[in-house]
Amino acid sequence: MSLKNCVPSLNPMYRLQWENYQEAYVLLYPEGMVKLNGSAGEIMAMVDGKRDVTAIATALSEKFPEAQGIEADIVEFIQHAAEKEWLQLPADAVQAP
Amino acid sequence: METSNINPPLWLLAELTYRCPLQCPYCSNPLKLEGSESELTTAQWIDVFTQAREMGAVQLGLSGGEPLLRKDLAELIREARALGYYSNLITSGIGLNAHKVADFRKSGLDHIQISFQASNEELNTWLSGSRKAIEQKLEMAREIKAQGYPMVLNFVTHKHNLDEVDKIIELCIELKADFVELATCKHYGWAFENRAHLLPTREQLERAEAVTNDYRRQLEAEGNPMQLIFVTPDYYEDVPVACMGGLGEIFLTVTPDGTALPCHSARILPMTFPNVKTTRLDQIWQASDGFMRFRDNAWMKEPCRSCANKTKDRGGCRCQAYMMTGDMYATDPLCSKSPDHHHIEAAVAQAYETKPVAKPILFRNPRNAKALQTL
Repeated sequence: MSLKNCVPSLNPMYRLQWENYQEAYVLLYPEGMVKLNGSAGEIMAMVDGKRDVTAIATALSEKFPEAQGIEADIVEFIQHAAEKEWLQLPADAVQAP
Repeated sequence: METSNINPPLWLLAELTYRCPLQCPYCSNPLKLEGSESELTTAQWIDVFTQAREMGAVQLGLSGGEPLLRKDLAELIREARALGYYSNLITSGIGLNAHKVADFRKSGLDHIQISFQASNEELNTWLSGSRKAIEQKLEMAREIKAQGYPMVLNFVTHKHNLDEVDKIIELCIELKADFVELATCKHYGWAFENRAHLLPTREQLERAEAVTNDYRRQLEAEGNPMQLIFVTPDYYEDVPVACMGGLGEIFLTVTPDGTALPCHSARILPMTFPNVKTTRLDQIWQASDGFMRFRDNAWMKEPCRSCANKTKDRGGCRCQAYMMTGDMYATDPLCSKSPDHHHIEAAVAQAYETKPVAKPILFRNPRNAKALQTL
């Protein structure tokens, strides 16, 4: 299974939300917070446990038509987020793209 | 407010009550015990939550005392969730049951932290003053995980339980904790009174930390995501740390009666802190003397004033300075440059004393509180 076809979901340890004061998406967890940068926040916000990585890329391209050819960056970020354990990937997901 | 260079409070610690069914001798709560009559009402707490959220606070600690003694806890959790807080219930687990765990989840509670006194029944009973406490805690820890919460288990560590840190970690593995806080006792409030009974030796600490590091490697090798947080005690450090990441930088504590503090111990300092019943939180945070006085470094004396570390350690803990020297502007005595460092050395020397401590250990209960008031 290629990473592009797998469906990431948010690690239930975390809650993702937009923070007006920070002007950023943040990941909240017991007694802590990770402030996400702009693109990381937008990608994480598209993770809903239903879209696969390709669908996330399509949704983001529709939302930001000026940003094209972003799929590789998205795959890279999803991998990074899975390593950080912000996201969970199905057990059979291929770790290398 | 946009032009202000004061960062907003990110953390609101709501100490809902000082009442507690346990009587741990290392409690950092004030020595004076207060009943429910002086506590903020539900509406007052919701107002505090609302104001702090508008200022940018996002982490909410529901703490105490024992917060489960507040009958309005589920309502407060619901309001906190509606406001967008990440809410943390910090509890002894006494008074919790499966129904409440579910009810709080439905109300939007994000995380529960249960404190344990020890991993074995005998020590847990002695420290907490309750024979049933450990059984209840174990049962509730299992319930919390069964209902899908992230769970932190907190152990305040000291002379009496540091040598069993391996058993503590084994227990946490069995209970499937997500985070384990092995927090070496900080000596404030009751813990300061009981310091001679609690302060471990350096060797005890080093052993405990080595055991913790072994477990970290083992957990990683096994792919177990449980994280061990080892909080080192000040008394064996030569360099102080900035209180609360800098007083008035991140943390805002509101005590049961509505007093706003830049740190939950700060109440002991000889200065006046504002109350949320009479002052708006933004005024408190941005303009009150209680929050402004230690925000910059202008208050410092020597050796802090000319020290290269002053912007990093901010002179250390103001409460510690005040408790040991009677001067809240003094350098934190745990700093090796402090002229009062001998206070720390004397406390450490006592940790190595093999004779029994002459003064009996004081459990946090009304009888002992009364005795301390009349001293």
